[in-house]
Amino acid sequence: MSDTPGRSRIGKRLVIGIPMVWLLLFFLIPFAIVLKVSLSEGMIAQPPYGPILEWSEDSWLPAYVGSLFNYEWLLDDPLYITAYLNSIWMALVSTFFCLVIAYPMAYLIARSSPSTRTTLLMLVVLPFWTSSLLRIYALLGLLSPNGYINTVLQWLGVIDAPLQMLQTDFAVYLGIVFTYLPLMVLPLYATLEKLDESLLEASADLGASGFGTFWQVTLPLSGPGIAAGCLLVFIPAVGEYVIPALMGGPDQLMIGKVLYTEFFGNRDWPVASAVAIAMLAFLVIPFMMLRNSSALRGEV
Amino acid sequence: MTRGRLFLLLTAAVGFLLLYVPLLILVIYSFNASRLVSVWGGWSTQWYVELFRNQAVLNAAWISIQVAVISATLGTALGTLAGFVLSRFGRFRFRLLFTGMATAPIVMPEVVTGLSLLLLFISMEQIIGWPSGRGLLTIIIAHSTFCLAYVAVVVQARLTDFDRSIEEAAQDLGGRQPWIFFQITLPVIAPALISGWLLSFTLSFDDLVIASFVSGPGASTLPMLIFSKVRLGVSPDVNALGTLIMAVVALGVVLGAWQMRRAERMRRRDEQRAMRGDA
Repeated sequence: MSDTPGRSRIGKRLVIGIPMVWLLLFFLIPFAIVLKVSLSEGMIAQPPYGPILEWSEDSWLPAYVGSLFNYEWLLDDPLYITAYLNSIWMALVSTFFCLVIAYPMAYLIARSSPSTRTTLLMLVVLPFWTSSLLRIYALLGLLSPNGYINTVLQWLGVIDAPLQMLQTDFAVYLGIVFTYLPLMVLPLYATLEKLDESLLEASADLGASGFGTFWQVTLPLSGPGIAAGCLLVFIPAVGEYVIPALMGGPDQLMIGKVLYTEFFGNRDWPVASAVAIAMLAFLVIPFMMLRNSSALRGEV
Repeated sequence: MTRGRLFLLLTAAVGFLLLYVPLLILVIYSFNASRLVSVWGGWSTQWYVELFRNQAVLNAAWISIQVAVISATLGTALGTLAGFVLSRFGRFRFRLLFTGMATAPIVMPEVVTGLSLLLLFISMEQIIGWPSGRGLLTIIIAHSTFCLAYVAVVVQARLTDFDRSIEEAAQDLGGRQPWIFFQITLPVIAPALISGWLLSFTLSFDDLVIASFVSGPGASTLPMLIFSKVRLGVSPDVNALGTLIMAVVALGVVLGAWQMRRAERMRRRDEQRAMRGDA
């Protein structure tokens, strides 16, 4: 950076070194420990897992006593596989609905006058800055058996008995869409805003209908925004804990909830760790896609 | 109005209604005199009074504020360094590792982050005796780590479209690196630092899952308290709390937008003046 080598090199090392050490210690090493615990055996102890290396008298090298036991357990018990598949399915469906609802919002914002645009963007960002837990709580109040929707419907005479809306898949879908909608709108808006309007005019001049122009020009050009938004919603939705815990039924399996229960309820730390490692394995591909997503550079 | 425009307005309205109807009802019912959710018992501010008398809520709020302020500040300091490294340092050994570690915490599932940090803290306590037990300190370390990642992204973005010629000019005039950083670079990226800090504060203040893993007895954050209250059923004072938090956030967002618009106007005026040459 500078022509004065000695001092600036030390400075440079410090600037790299401080965050590097922090991340090694509080990000990378923890994963190594999760990996280690996932290979160990659960036991009643403090902490409740066994060692994976054992020192003995006859050798100065420790012997490896870990095993893939916990992973075999995940494969044997259909509970875990169902939970993984169910999480991915629920995340996919919610991401789709998020996209369908967010697209018109982003399109409207991108086509508004600058002052309206600021206001609308503020309206999208505002819920994102408030507590997501409290937003879920607000939704709970709306859907609960003696909540506002049921009360109004009963008062209108549309239904006799309250509808069971909570503890259903529907509630979880709605919760995810409601929570992550802003994360979908923002990248979509960013690509739609850059869209060259002369292309739309050209398409119209060449005789395309409004819908034709949208389907053949606008939609493909907003591809990067769609990809970024979908990944931003899909990835956290797969591992979501709060929404299925509060809105889903007790027998509804999502992997974040399974991990949480395995750890806190059953105190089976090795299995919880194996669940975590397997979850990351599932998410590696979306992670890579997100990293390469062009629409996300310089935003988020 | 064309048919297409009407269709766009209607479909966009669905999204905005979905975002705001539940919040609006929460605000209205926070002033409900009745304890029952479904019954409207007239206007009252009793839940707000009850909220401020509830010592557990006040304690938890104070813990959350402390955690959020310290984590956001520490995360911003570390994240600024990381963002600087990402945008300015070009190639160095372990760059790939550094980039990966600095951005991965953003996309990591919360349950995994929480679990891994708890296992780390337990192992560290066994081996070096620190941190002894879990509480404020461990929550702050956990939160600072994900704040670091968010701030790094924001700062990196800002530094990337920053006009480097100013720094080069300072260098040509004989400025040295730390001085250039504090006198030139820092003021220019200040808006990114402020938005990074605010984002970090919000994320830390909002976090339930990671805090549940790494917290210890006696250190319940506000989301942890709300979560346990909500699990027991809907309680009206949570409505009041939600309304208060939303009011603060709305005020902050509106003030922030107003400030940004003012800064933009001033910048444009200065530019015009400079063009006319009467600066």
